[in-house]
Amino acid sequence: MGTDKSKVLQVRDLHVQIKAKNGITTLVQDINFELKPGEILGLIGESGCGKTVTSMSILQLLNRKETTIEGSIMLKGQELNGLAEKEMRKIRGKDIAFIMQNPMNAFTPVFTIGHQFVETIRSHTSLNKKQATELAIESMKQVNLPDPGKLLKYYPFQLSGGMLQRVMIAIAASLHPAVIIADEPTTALDVNNQKNVLRHLDKIRSEYGSAILLISHDLGVVSEMADEVAVMQHGKIVEKAGVFQLFDSPKHEYTKKLLNARPTLYLEEPMTNLI
Amino acid sequence: MGNYILKRIMSIIPVFLLATLLTTGMVHLSSVDPAEAYLTAAHIQPTDEILAQKRHEFGLDQPFFIQYANSIMKICQLDFGISYVSNKPVWDEVIYRIPATIQLAIVSILIAVFVSVPLGFLAGVKKGSAIDHFSRLLSFFGASIPSFWLGYILVFFFSVKLNLFPVEGIGTWQHLVLPSITLALPLIAMYTRLLRASVLENLQQPYVLFARTRGLKEKTIMTKHVLRIAISPMITGLGMNLGKLLTGTIIVESVFSWPGFGRYFIEAIFNRDIPVIQCYVLIAASLFILSNLIVDIVQMYIDPRISRKEGQHR
Amino acid sequence: MITSIRTIFKNEKVIPICSTILGILFIIAILAPWITPNDPVAVNLAYKLQPPSWNFPLGTDHLGRCNLSRILYGARISLGFAILIFISSLAIGLIIGTFSGYKGGWVDHVLMRFCDAVMAFPSLILVLGLVGIFGPGLSQVILALMLVQWVYYARMFRGMALSLKEQNFIPAAKISGSSQWKIIKNHIIPNVLPPLVVMGTLEMGWAIMDISAMSFLGLGVQSPTPEWGAMIHEGKSYIRTNPELMLYPGLSIMLVIVTFNLLGEALSERYGVKRRF
Repeated sequence: MGTDKSKVLQVRDLHVQIKAKNGITTLVQDINFELKPGEILGLIGESGCGKTVTSMSILQLLNRKETTIEGSIMLKGQELNGLAEKEMRKIRGKDIAFIMQNPMNAFTPVFTIGHQFVETIRSHTSLNKKQATELAIESMKQVNLPDPGKLLKYYPFQLSGGMLQRVMIAIAASLHPAVIIADEPTTALDVNNQKNVLRHLDKIRSEYGSAILLISHDLGVVSEMADEVAVMQHGKIVEKAGVFQLFDSPKHEYTKKLLNARPTLYLEEPMTNLI
Repeated sequence: MGNYILKRIMSIIPVFLLATLLTTGMVHLSSVDPAEAYLTAAHIQPTDEILAQKRHEFGLDQPFFIQYANSIMKICQLDFGISYVSNKPVWDEVIYRIPATIQLAIVSILIAVFVSVPLGFLAGVKKGSAIDHFSRLLSFFGASIPSFWLGYILVFFFSVKLNLFPVEGIGTWQHLVLPSITLALPLIAMYTRLLRASVLENLQQPYVLFARTRGLKEKTIMTKHVLRIAISPMITGLGMNLGKLLTGTIIVESVFSWPGFGRYFIEAIFNRDIPVIQCYVLIAASLFILSNLIVDIVQMYIDPRISRKEGQHR
Repeated sequence: MITSIRTIFKNEKVIPICSTILGILFIIAILAPWITPNDPVAVNLAYKLQPPSWNFPLGTDHLGRCNLSRILYGARISLGFAILIFISSLAIGLIIGTFSGYKGGWVDHVLMRFCDAVMAFPSLILVLGLVGIFGPGLSQVILALMLVQWVYYARMFRGMALSLKEQNFIPAAKISGSSQWKIIKNHIIPNVLPPLVVMGTLEMGWAIMDISAMSFLGLGVQSPTPEWGAMIHEGKSYIRTNPELMLYPGLSIMLVIVTFNLLGEALSERYGVKRRF
């Protein structure tokens, strides 16, 4: 089987096990999916179903002593599983970017966000401090952050969650990665900020062609953004389909259960019945 | 930021007052009559008349509060009275001996820091490795071994058997080695353990994960990010453990016949030289208070969160 | 080999093993007069500085006294006084602490400020200061140690009194009809015991360290009483010729302190109690 260049990320038969005191536990198995450039794949499921494990395996950040990863993870034709740490480090942040769930904890508290932004840029490029700062400012303008030059001098605890999340997106986008993994990017935010975040992610994928793996348990977010959706339960993908198909006619029992669990407001009911 | 410093200084004053109150009160609690002791040391026969006169001179016949106020004023002028033993001003005797103790203390702290920072850090980063085990063993035994015995063990091996260092006394750098190692070990035990725990705790934090996903070099993450945050509790520990250091100097100076302030204190206790005892306790208290203050200020520089919590930006 | 030593910390066996060692030490201390081969204070210059023999299993010191006997008696002194200090400072701390907690208000505030001030000082310096006032001697040292240690217990008991004031289970138990005694037995004691045991273990280790330090400095035990710290003090002149004179007592001190510390740490991990640093 030759490498297929039209798919930017290809995960085949991913199987992750962990060694615990009382034996071996399987965290995820038979995971198969792919990402095409500019495409958004939504990954939904309850907590503990293996979404984070999957993304951590792609980034090769699982503890090598305790976990075994089998299967193939191909990024632009290069096999990531088992890749030497030195090479993998170059890929993280540059070819695959990661957006964390809780922006308030993600940054190192004792350095300004400017420091952290610039250090990220400089560890992947040969830009000097001034150039990296300019790039950072540009990036931050793209996500509509006001007065970026000043903002860079702030410490993380001085900014709100919404702003920090946008900074994370700016960092993620600044090096034009091929893949962005967004782990619950909207969960910690209020509705307005959520809309902004999704808007920016969309802009990034259309402008730079980055593929996005959007992990969320918020079905509304996924239905709005994703092109394709995969549903995970207990470490396996139970259904995978195009977004319209999945939401309109779900095939798997679990998917149906998930979709039915959404509260809906039926506007046809007269208000008087609710009193 | 200046505001914060001012606040801290203000909170110190009551503690300081308490310390001075206690030390002044010491004189009354002890069975030694200062007037009599003074006269005896000066080789003057303490007849009733002279005693009464001396007592009046010392202000001992006045109410306690007046005596207290007097001593506070004297202390501010660095007048701690006259030593019962040598009949010289206490402050002069102290000044004469303190440099030796300071020298010992500084060298020990340096040794402690230079050993415990790398050791504690590596022990945390490479948990479960040989270094980790070694550091935990060292921490445990370092805290359990009595310093005076440790001193003699070191003397036995390095002076008596190997003849590398002198057994006691002061003078060359060789004289400094064994005492400072003895003094440093309990500190090393504590700081290594503190740093290791702090590093371990930090390694669990999300910011470490995020730094990794950004593709930063592991070395950078560990040394620049984690170490900087993890070292904070250790610095607090540094200040708070001045006490261990002080206690250590007393014992180490006795073991190695190091002519410092600690040994003088012990001599004073044997000789019931109350003014010297008072002075020592007071200086110890002040050192504590000061060191805590300094530690707080240093913390402020290292962790910007402490002073700038007021400046939230929305 | 090092790995296996480390795992001892997490091992369940630590507590029983340490307790057994301590138990043996206590038994030795109690039975000392009957099990020592010789009189620990009997001076006989004819036998001075002899190597181990049938009569003197660990040899003799510079005054011809049996080393082993002195070590065994030393256990008696160290452990005995450690317990004495523990019980008395516990009692004082209990009374003052619970009183302070229940009273609340400015009484509580003042007392606790006082305790904080004392706790901030290193214990040895305070003890030395007190000995400076009282004068050198064993009873003065014991008194000084008691006066310094009670504050730790007081703080602990005050904290408990405070939290008990707010807990619901005491009124609940009263409502369900339990008698006073039952309340104490089933509710209060299980809450009090773990931190108390942890603190007691570690404090006893400290007390022994302090007693021997004081004796070493010449301020505590006076000759000819066999105390480990004092023995090191006496042995130091013979470090070149007879290092064992200071080796045996030192090892004994270390053994006891290490055991107490190990036990204290294992207990604090087991019961999740925080130790004061």
